[in-house]
Amino acid sequence: MSEHGDKGHIVPYATLVIVWAALLTLTILTVAVSRIDLGILNIWAALGIACSKSVLVISFFMHMKYENRLFKLFLMIALITLATFIGFTFFDVMYR
Amino acid sequence: MSETTHAEHPKDYSGAKLGMWLFLFTEVLLFGGLFILYAVYLQRYPEGFKLGGDQLNVWFGGGNTLVLLTSSLSVAMAITALQRGRVRQAANLVGVTVIMALWFLVNKFFEWSAKIHHGIYPSSGHLKEMPGGEQVFFNIYYLTTGLHGIHVLVGMFVMTWVLILIRKGKVNPDDYVTLENAGLYWHLVDLIWIFIFPLYYLIL
Repeated sequence: MSEHGDKGHIVPYATLVIVWAALLTLTILTVAVSRIDLGILNIWAALGIACSKSVLVISFFMHMKYENRLFKLFLMIALITLATFIGFTFFDVMYR
Repeated sequence: MSETTHAEHPKDYSGAKLGMWLFLFTEVLLFGGLFILYAVYLQRYPEGFKLGGDQLNVWFGGGNTLVLLTSSLSVAMAITALQRGRVRQAANLVGVTVIMALWFLVNKFFEWSAKIHHGIYPSSGHLKEMPGGEQVFFNIYYLTTGLHGIHVLVGMFVMTWVLILIRKGKVNPDDYVTLENAGLYWHLVDLIWIFIFPLYYLIL
C-alpha cells in the first residue's frame, strides 16, 4: 500500500503516543499556569496553550499535516471566519 | 486533484473527508458563538466568573480532559491499525474509545449531580439569589458543557456503530473512510473540550 495515495498517510503509533504525551504535558502546564496570578495574562496563557494543543490534535490525530492543500485552505478559511466574527464582536463590546 | 486514483476503490476518500471537514467547520462556528458569549460576559462580570469558576471541580474537569485526550489517541491508533491490516486491534481500539466516551459521561453525571444537589442549575431558586455574574456563568456553563455532552453522546453512538461495521467487515483495511470520518468527529469533540476546560474550570 502506498503511503501517500488518496487513501492517506499511515501515522506510526510512536508519533501518536508522543503527541498524546505532549498533550498531557500541556494540560498539566495549563493547570499550573492558572494557579499563578498573572492578571489578564492568565486568560491569554490559557488560550495560547489551548491553541497549541489544537494544532497538535488537528495536525497529527486529524491527519491535517498529511492532507492536500485544499484541506488546509478550507481550514484557513474557517479559522479566518471565526477570527473575524470574534474580532468584530470585540470591537463592538470594547468601544461601545 | 493530483492524487492517484484507486480503480479498485470506487469511494472518493478526499471527497468524503472534505465533506466531513465542512460539517466540522459548521460545528466550530456553533461553539464559536458560545465562546463569544463567554468572552463578552467575562469582560462584563470578571468577578462573578472568578467566583463561578472556583466552584467547579478541577479534578472532574482535568480527569475528563485526560479521558478525552486518551480516547482521541485510541481512535487515531485504530486508523493506523486498520491501515496496517490489524483488524482485531483496530476494533479493540475503537472499543476503548467507546468506553472512554461512556466514562466521560459518567463523570459528567456525577459532576452535574453534585452541582444540582447544591441547588445550582438553570433558573433554580438558589441560582437566582446569586449575584448576576455567577448566574450568567452557570447558565452558559450548563449550555456549553450540555451541548458538548450531547456531542460526546452522539460520538459514542457513532463509534459503537463503526465498531459493529468493523466486526461485520464493512469497514476493513481496504475501505475505512467511515472510521476516519467518525474519528474526525471525535477529535472535534476533544478540541472543543480543550477550550472549555481552561476557560470554565481554571479561571481565577
